[in-house]
Amino acid sequence: MQTIITSSRTRDTIILALFALIVLTAPLWGQLIGAGYPDLLQKFAIFGLFAIGYNIMFGLTGYLSFGHAAFLGVGSYTAVWSFKLLSMNAIPAVLFAILLSGLFAAAIGFLSLRRTGIYFSILTLAFAQMSYNLAYSVLTPITNGETGLRVLRDDPRVIDTALGIQVGSSPLSDFFGLTLTGYPGFYFCAVMLILGFWFSLKIFRSPYGMKLLAIKSNQVRMEYTGFNTRPYLLSAFVISGMYAGLAGSLMAITDPLAGAERMQWTASGEVVLMTILGGLGTLFGPILGATTIKYFENIFSAFNEQVLHQAFDFLPQVLTDLMVAITSPFVGEGWHLTLGVLFMIIIIFIPGGLIEGIERFRRLFRRRHQPPGENPPGSRSHSSRGPAT
Amino acid sequence: MTKSSKTTNESRRDFLKITAVGGLAASAPMIFMKSAHAYLNEPKGATVTLGFNVPQTGAYADEGADELRAYKLAVKHLNGEGDGGLLNTMKPLSLKGSGILGKKVQYVTGDTQTKSDAARASAKRMIEKDGAVMITGGSSSGVAIAVQSLCQEAGVIFMAGLTHSNDTTGKDKRKHGFRHFFNTEMSGAALAPILEKEFGKDRVAYHLTADYTWGWSQEGSIKKYTEALGWKTQSAVRTPLGAGDFSQYITPVLNSGADVLVLNHYGKDMVNSLTQAVQFGLRDKQVNGKDFQIVVPLFSRLMAQGAGENIKGIFGSTNWNWSLKDAGSQAFVKSFGAEYGFPPSQAAHTCYVQTLLYANACEMAGTFNPCGVIAALEGFKFDGMGNGPTEYRAEDHQCFKDVLVVRGNENPSSQFDLLEVVDITPRAKVEYPPSMLGGDLGSCNA
Repeated sequence: MQTIITSSRTRDTIILALFALIVLTAPLWGQLIGAGYPDLLQKFAIFGLFAIGYNIMFGLTGYLSFGHAAFLGVGSYTAVWSFKLLSMNAIPAVLFAILLSGLFAAAIGFLSLRRTGIYFSILTLAFAQMSYNLAYSVLTPITNGETGLRVLRDDPRVIDTALGIQVGSSPLSDFFGLTLTGYPGFYFCAVMLILGFWFSLKIFRSPYGMKLLAIKSNQVRMEYTGFNTRPYLLSAFVISGMYAGLAGSLMAITDPLAGAERMQWTASGEVVLMTILGGLGTLFGPILGATTIKYFENIFSAFNEQVLHQAFDFLPQVLTDLMVAITSPFVGEGWHLTLGVLFMIIIIFIPGGLIEGIERFRRLFRRRHQPPGENPPGSRSHSSRGPAT
Repeated sequence: MTKSSKTTNESRRDFLKITAVGGLAASAPMIFMKSAHAYLNEPKGATVTLGFNVPQTGAYADEGADELRAYKLAVKHLNGEGDGGLLNTMKPLSLKGSGILGKKVQYVTGDTQTKSDAARASAKRMIEKDGAVMITGGSSSGVAIAVQSLCQEAGVIFMAGLTHSNDTTGKDKRKHGFRHFFNTEMSGAALAPILEKEFGKDRVAYHLTADYTWGWSQEGSIKKYTEALGWKTQSAVRTPLGAGDFSQYITPVLNSGADVLVLNHYGKDMVNSLTQAVQFGLRDKQVNGKDFQIVVPLFSRLMAQGAGENIKGIFGSTNWNWSLKDAGSQAFVKSFGAEYGFPPSQAAHTCYVQTLLYANACEMAGTFNPCGVIAALEGFKFDGMGNGPTEYRAEDHQCFKDVLVVRGNENPSSQFDLLEVVDITPRAKVEYPPSMLGGDLGSCNA
């Protein structure tokens, strides 16, 4: 018994160490795929966190929430207000963002979780859309509407003022003197991502995580055995809301600005796509999905005909023009199309997402070279998928 | 119980170990990334990269597409290809048609999606990955202001594209940001005398306003100048950007008692709201014994094209129109037409001019260093760019020039001949003291 626990704990430590290594060396491997610049790496980490948190709700309990962008927005606004009122230091911003989005998630979760299945999804969508409209046009004194909430030089910042810290003409967030833009900003996000991943790993391995999974596989049976499932669901909802709030605050930390469009339903849909694309209910899947989508959004959308012509330069002139004509609808402003095609291919052929794809590839490789060993670590802790409710 | 507490203890220790190792790994690349440049993205090779950040999707996508055409044309002309365009008419001119400071001009493009977040992400990619030394573009003041402050923080130049809000060079002005386009204050000052002449002093206005910085700014300016004439403002309703359907906002106008509708909309929003207002029969109505009128304070030929017949006889102001007869305008229309087969919009014009002005300032300063470029642009007086004598005012980085008051053409001679220039308001009449709009430029960041 003891050895089994130890070995699984060692395995988890290895997973975590490996994950930390991959994340922290992102500037190096990012260079290889043309993604090695701070802004995109920050986005990878931030949306990775968002998706990890979302996966705790959707992946474990099977409850499909369409309103998580609202918590992202609350996190962003809270962080910017913390910059405006308290200090440009990132720590209070992160703490308050997590706290407030947690409270917000508790309120929305309390109401929405009275229903299951599609009704739950619609309720969360309705609440998120309400939050978006409030932020966009009703609560403009708090959110500054479409223009977005910005940090100004003449904001009070009581803590900074008390400590005698001066800011420049355009205030930037800092971590005890270290300005959090560019690579320092990425490493701050990366550390948060690793912490978030570690916490998610703990949940996956805990009895609490097992109960969430049990809710997914059969909530009614769970209730008949005497479990009150609502506290579990609500706490999972709040935890994933706090992840979203943390991600939102990191967006504000790396770029001190908060806009209502972060709360739009398309942003909620995006995190659903990220989770499914990567692998629902897996540890790494959501991060992989988030990275893929952000990569497409930032790199594919920047390809223009000039770039395509260079890419196909080795072909004869006629073929170059033909290839450019064929590929140009799929890059630049057509990046959504490419993403859509990729998404369809994955859902049809490997419904378990990119993680299942990698797994299949690895199994194929193993069958050829060595007899199958024990269950490989780090992925697909369970095989059930699809909403159970 | 003991076992579980032991577990948490150990995992905390593991966690600390990992963090320590991670911290070391994190600090390693930083050492290599210390830059050896005098300023951000200093061009070291034979080329210099400019970033063209325009809306390719959303309510302002038409404007964005035209802006991109203009930028590509400007790059051609700067590199000495094509017919040279405004390089032939600009005075004073330091450019030689061999790139900028002997370096060939390259460009990267991005989609702002007319969203501040997306625009900043796209601009950051250009600065951090592609090494752009100047960012230009935008067809929304919200985006322009967001990107302008980003460029100030990063230490590159921002040459604003189509942005009309007072705030861009008012309360949100930045040392690194420059605007050639006019603003709502100038629109108000130029429009008011014409509105008085055409519609009289006793009018009741109803505003529909795009709910963001530009809409607020234009609503404020038009209110300020029309109320000075003696007009009353019945109410001002805010509409979301990119609403698509405005019927719910237009129905209340019918029975509000107002006799002028001011549409503070732009792009596809303006096309939709104007079309719907006309379909609802507003222009055939009689209110307070007067014909009902519609005013669109910021007009563009692209929008006129979208709105079709409905545009006829409607007053507005514009930065530039292709039908102008001066040498600069003619040269630009000629080379743009030869390249793309149709005349350029005001958005295309301002973006083209901004690119040339930036390049020229680099030549004047003899460097790409933003501090030098800023010094060269501040107070720069030029002519031959289509707007007559123009000055980049040093105090707020706003261009001052004549403003056009236009009306939708009743008898267009071609599908592009949609705006008729009613009046050219001289610069002196639209000028205001720099302190009026507040704000603080800050200092050069390089």
